[in-house]
Amino acid sequence: MLTIKNLHASVEDKEILKGINLEVKAGEVHAIMGPNGSGKSTLSSVIAGKEDYEVTDGEIILEGEDIGELAPEERAHKGVFLSFQYPVEIPGVSVTNFMKTAINETRKAKGEEEMPANEMLKLIREKSELLEIDRKFLSRSLNEGFSGGEKKRNEIFQMAMLEPKLAILDETDSGLDIDALRIVANGVNKLRSKDNAVIVITHYQRLLDYIVPDFVHVLYNGKIVKSGGKELAYELEEKGYDWIKAEN
Amino acid sequence: MSKYTEEELKVELENKEYAYGFYTDIESDTFPVGLNEDVIRALSMKKEEPEWMTEWRLEAFRAWEQMAEPEWANVHYEKPDFQAISYYSAPKKKPKYESLDEVDPELLDTFKKLGISIDEQKVLAGVAVDIVMDSVSVATTFKKTLAEKGIIFCSISEAIKEHPELVKKYLGTVVPQKDNFYAALNSAVFSDGSFCYIPKGVRCPMELSTYFRINQAGTGQFERTLVIADEGSYVSYLEGCTAPSRDENQLHAAVVELIALDDAEIKYSTVQNWFPGNKEGKGGVYNFVTKRGLCEKNAKISWTQVETGSAVTWKYPSCVLKGDNSVGEFYSIAVTNNYQQADTGTKMIHLGKNTKSTIISKGISAGKSQNSYRGLVQIGSRAENARNFSQCDSLLMGNNCGAHTFPYIESKNTTAKIEHEATTSKIGEDQVFYCNQRGIPTEKAIALIVNGFSKEVLNKLPMEFAVEAQKLLEISLEGSVG
Repeated sequence: MLTIKNLHASVEDKEILKGINLEVKAGEVHAIMGPNGSGKSTLSSVIAGKEDYEVTDGEIILEGEDIGELAPEERAHKGVFLSFQYPVEIPGVSVTNFMKTAINETRKAKGEEEMPANEMLKLIREKSELLEIDRKFLSRSLNEGFSGGEKKRNEIFQMAMLEPKLAILDETDSGLDIDALRIVANGVNKLRSKDNAVIVITHYQRLLDYIVPDFVHVLYNGKIVKSGGKELAYELEEKGYDWIKAEN
Repeated sequence: MSKYTEEELKVELENKEYAYGFYTDIESDTFPVGLNEDVIRALSMKKEEPEWMTEWRLEAFRAWEQMAEPEWANVHYEKPDFQAISYYSAPKKKPKYESLDEVDPELLDTFKKLGISIDEQKVLAGVAVDIVMDSVSVATTFKKTLAEKGIIFCSISEAIKEHPELVKKYLGTVVPQKDNFYAALNSAVFSDGSFCYIPKGVRCPMELSTYFRINQAGTGQFERTLVIADEGSYVSYLEGCTAPSRDENQLHAAVVELIALDDAEIKYSTVQNWFPGNKEGKGGVYNFVTKRGLCEKNAKISWTQVETGSAVTWKYPSCVLKGDNSVGEFYSIAVTNNYQQADTGTKMIHLGKNTKSTIISKGISAGKSQNSYRGLVQIGSRAENARNFSQCDSLLMGNNCGAHTFPYIESKNTTAKIEHEATTSKIGEDQVFYCNQRGIPTEKAIALIVNGFSKEVLNKLPMEFAVEAQKLLEISLEGSVG
C-alpha cells in the first residue's frame, strides 16, 4: 500500500524528517508514537502533500506509484486521507455540501460522472447511521462552532464518505473525553477492511486500546528509532519517552 | 436552470416572458460631443418628448452645471471629461463582427463557462445573428399576460408618451434632479430605461426583467428606471446580466427610483458585471449609480445586489422608510479583483414609526483591489421604535487588497435600536489545504469558501439568478490565489 523510503523533509531550511522508512500493507494498522516535536504531524502533512514542507530526499510510494510530486488533491484522488488534528472552519458551507463537492471533484478527476443526488443521499444516510451521527449535524457549517468531539467525529464521517485506501489519523484523540474517544474509535474500526490501511499518529497509548495496531513505531528526532507490535505501546506508556531519548 | 442551452433559449423565445420591445427605434446619427442646453433640447426633441419633460431635463442640467463631482468616495480615477461625451446616439444597427472567430477568445471562454448559447454569445459580443429574435408573438404573449393584470412594463421613453400622468407624478420624487452630481447629469440626459407600474392589489405573476440577456446589448449610458408598486401590490424586478458586458461607454450613471405605496412590496435584484478593466487595470467601466426607494405605510423594499464588474463602482441603493411599519432591506455581495475599486453600501432613512431595516453586506477583495462598505443608518425624531441590524463582512484574498468599512449612524430618537456587526477574515492557506486534502482543487476550494461566505445574500436572489451569480463569483475570482 504505502512505502516510504529514506524520507527527508524540512520547513524553512530546518530539517524535521531525517530519513524515514516505513512499509504499510493493505489491511494493516500502524501506530506512530513519539514525544512532542519528534516530527509526527510533519510526517502526516508530508504524506498528504502540504506545500509548506520541502521534501529534500526520499520517496513516498502509494500502490507502486511515487506520489511525492503530486498536488495534495491528486493524492486525495488516489486514496490518501488525513484526519486533521485541528480541522478548520469553513463558514456557510454545510458538511453535506462539502462532502458532495469532495466526492464529485474526486470523480471528475477520475473521469467519472457526478454522483447522482439520490445515490449521494443514500450514501450520507448509510454512513451517518454507521457512525451514529445525527443528520441535523450535517446541515451545519463545516466545523463552525463544533465541539472538539464533533470535529473529530466529522473527520471520521468524511473518511467514511470518501472511503480512502490510506487513512492517516493525526492526533485524533487529542481533546476528546473518553466517551467521544470510544465513538470515534468505533467508527474507525467499522471502516477497517482488508483493502485499506490506517496510520494512527498519537502521543498516548489510550487510543490504541480502542484502535488496536498491528505495528507500533516510535518516532524521535525525525527518525523511526524503534518498531514493534502493540506491546511496544504499553512499554512506552510504562517507561515514558525518556527511555527512548536516553537510548538515542 | 443553470445551463442555458440553445434549445432552452428557443423554447423560451417561443413560449413567454421575453421582455422584448425595449428599444425606441429612432433612425438617426450620433450627436457631436459636448453638453449644453441646445443639446438637451435636441435630445428631447429626437425622443419626441412633451414640453414638460424637456423643461424637467433643463432644470436638472442647470443644477448640474453648478455642482462639483463628489470626491468623498474611497476611489481614485481619472475624472471623465463631460464635454467629450456624445449624449445621443442612435441604436447601433450594424454588427461589429461578421463571425465569432473575430471575437476575443477570452470573452468567449467566459461565455462558455456561464453556459451561454452560441446565438446569445453572438448577440452579446456584437456579431451578426441569423436567427430571428424579435418574434412578434413572444412580445405579444408576454405583454398580454401583464396587460390582463393592468401591469405596465415598457421603456421609459414609451411611458413618457403613453403614461405621462404617472411619469409626471413620480419621476424625480425619490431621487430629485438635484440630488447629486451624477443624478443631476442623468436627469438631464438620460437616454432610456425601464418603467414599471403595478396596479393596486396586483401581485405581478412573473419576475420582471430587463435581464433577458439579449436585451442587455445596447443598454444606454445614462439609464433611468422608475418602478411604482401601487397599494397592496407586489413585484420582483431583476436587473442586469451575468454575462460580461463590454461597453465602449466608460461612464455609466444610472438612476433607479422605486416607489412602494401603502402595503406594497418591491424586490429589486441586480447582478452587475460590467467590464472591470484588464489585469493591469486599464479600461473598464465607471459605474456611478443612484438607486433609492420610498416606502409608504407597511411597505417593503428589498435591494439585493451582486457586484462583480466595473473598474470603479459608486453605488448606494437606499430606502426612505417614510410610512409607519415600513421595512427596508439591503443584501449585497461586492467582489473586487485586480485593480477594481468599489465604494458601495446603503442608506436606511427611518422616518416612520416602527420602521425596520436590515443590512447584510459581503465584500470580497482580491488582487490589488480596494473594497469599501459605506452605509448610513439615520433615525428621524418621529421614528419611534425604529430598528436596524447591520452586518458587514469582508473577505480578503492575498496581501495586496484592501477592505474598508465606513458605517455612519445618526439617531434622533432614543427609542431606536441599532446593531452593527463587522468582521474581516482572510482565506487561509489552512482552509485551502483542508479542501485540497479532500480532493477539492484550489480554484474550486476558493469558490466554495467564497460561496459559503456569501450564502446569506445569494439565498435572497431568485433561484435561477442565484445559480448564475454563484458561477459568476467563481469566474470573477479565477486565478486570484496563486
